[in-house]
Amino acid sequence: MVESQIDITAGPPPDAPPNAEPVEMLLNMGPQHPSTHGVFRMVLWVDGEKIVAVEPHIGYLHRGSEKLCEGEQYHQVITLFDRLDYVANFNNELVYCQAVEKLMGLTVPERAEYVRVILCELNRIASHLLYVGTIGLDAGAMTPTMFAFRGRERIQALFEAVSGARMMHNYFRIGGLKEELPDNFEQLIRDLLPLLREDVAESDKILTFNEIFLSRLKDVGRISAEDAIDFGFTGPCLRGCGVEYDVRKAQPYSVYDRFDFDVPVGLDGDCWDRHWVRIQEMYESLSIVEQALAQMPGGSVASSLGRRLIRPPAGEVYARAENPRGEMGVHLVSKGADRPYRLKVRPPSFCNLSAIKYLLKDSWIADSVVILGSLDIVLGEVDR
Amino acid sequence: MLNSVKGMLLTLASTFTGLRRPVTRQYPTVPTPVQPRFMGFPALTWDNGVNEPYCTGCMVCIRNCPTQCMSASMMDNPLNAEGQSSRRKIVDYFEINLNRCILCGICVEVCNFDAIVMSHEHEMSTYERNGDRVNLPALLEIGQKYQRETTWIPPTVLAKAKKDAEDAAKAAEAAKVEAAAAVEGGE
Ligand code: SF4
Ligand code: SF4
Repeated sequence: MVESQIDITAGPPPDAPPNAEPVEMLLNMGPQHPSTHGVFRMVLWVDGEKIVAVEPHIGYLHRGSEKLCEGEQYHQVITLFDRLDYVANFNNELVYCQAVEKLMGLTVPERAEYVRVILCELNRIASHLLYVGTIGLDAGAMTPTMFAFRGRERIQALFEAVSGARMMHNYFRIGGLKEELPDNFEQLIRDLLPLLREDVAESDKILTFNEIFLSRLKDVGRISAEDAIDFGFTGPCLRGCGVEYDVRKAQPYSVYDRFDFDVPVGLDGDCWDRHWVRIQEMYESLSIVEQALAQMPGGSVASSLGRRLIRPPAGEVYARAENPRGEMGVHLVSKGADRPYRLKVRPPSFCNLSAIKYLLKDSWIADSVVILGSLDIVLGEVDR
Repeated sequence: MLNSVKGMLLTLASTFTGLRRPVTRQYPTVPTPVQPRFMGFPALTWDNGVNEPYCTGCMVCIRNCPTQCMSASMMDNPLNAEGQSSRRKIVDYFEINLNRCILCGICVEVCNFDAIVMSHEHEMSTYERNGDRVNLPALLEIGQKYQRETTWIPPTVLAKAKKDAEDAAKAAEAAKVEAAAAVEGGE
């Protein structure tokens, strides 16, 4: 039997003087810790309740998605993208499809573009609702989860009606969508929107300005705009610092230039600002869905490619889009074969998470959970 | 302080509405209904007209499956020799390892013979690692259950009906134009 190096049952060393200098302790958090949002492991050096240093260990959920993409045909890769950021599946599919469409110079039917926008924005709300639930739990509130998941469930039921799956949809196709929408699609969304608005308002009301929540999040995990940009922050985390950067506005893709929406920004770059930005984004997304529904043209949504096996021309493209967590980019290299030659994903969560060492230094152990929660990482995308 | 009280009131209010109309379902006892398009595990369909499976064992789905979880082989169709069926080949052996299947629906999309469907079956956990390797009879059984429960119409039949309707509409339009031209010519 191998002797364990650290005896966890032992008290302080017997030779320690009664009023000794504080000893640094090593605390292992994760990978199976409930508040690490998946399987993320941090090794914390703590001095009492204060964190001295952090060593993040990522890769526990590594599945080699990028490598797997090289072995799959172009239409099969969509299934792998579903599993990257598994709470924003439609958004992932969109980025990949856009990359291949750009490479092939395809145009997507107008109606399909609108449907994509509607589904992506609903997915953004679903993702942010999940965030509201988890940040509530991280900050010690159980109830918001119940409220948030009620709304999320409604969206997922709609997704199931449209694509057949609640999470791993595999519904977007290169050049269009998989199949025609159900006949009552527009009615379904019209029925959903008021309920959803209510749900979002409830999640907002129960948490955002709650005094306990405020005191847990305000001035915690603060990062300046310059530092955030240096760390490669995107999405709500960057906007929380007051930088008005949103790919939907900065480089409009799909039909996003036809909608009128605001980009909410925070002031201080602390956890609460990141939370507030997400809440406001949900309202904006709702308004985008409404506008898209009003503008949606008729016609077919099917891809012009049909079921043909595609071989895009040799070349390289980079496509990007605003995921719920930030800018998701896909760098695709094709050599003219039926499979990608190389595919690189720029995951927003991974870049946001890179600041964890900086953010956690000199904070309290209890705050580490909140700070990690406010970055809203999804490990499927961090580890890939 | 005020906002905490407001939140508390909201919780109380929804507790009362929740008591009247509960949102949560007692899942195993009260099954959750699935949407018509729900994609459960793939299953094979049965051609009731000829009394044989639709599947010809052509392996298109197998080559397109992203997880390589299926296998099949074909044989000469005895019913075709007897002149009862138009299918020259028929499936001999088919297996799907449902534990590997990711429910993507690609197999259904690529099949040219309407032979495979995403059924509504999804409660299939087992205790063994290979417990969900299902063979041809089991797949056909799931498929037939699906056909019974959902009034399934083969997609190619649907597409053909749609196309025929469109063609008929076009023909009617053309006839109208012609008739109008004839009337004009007559004057
Ligand atoms: S299910 Fe369809 S594609 Fe697959 S082997 Fe049978 S006929 Fe061929
Ligand atoms: S649903 Fe997808 S993974 Fe499952 S058998 Fe069909 S192609 Fe394979």
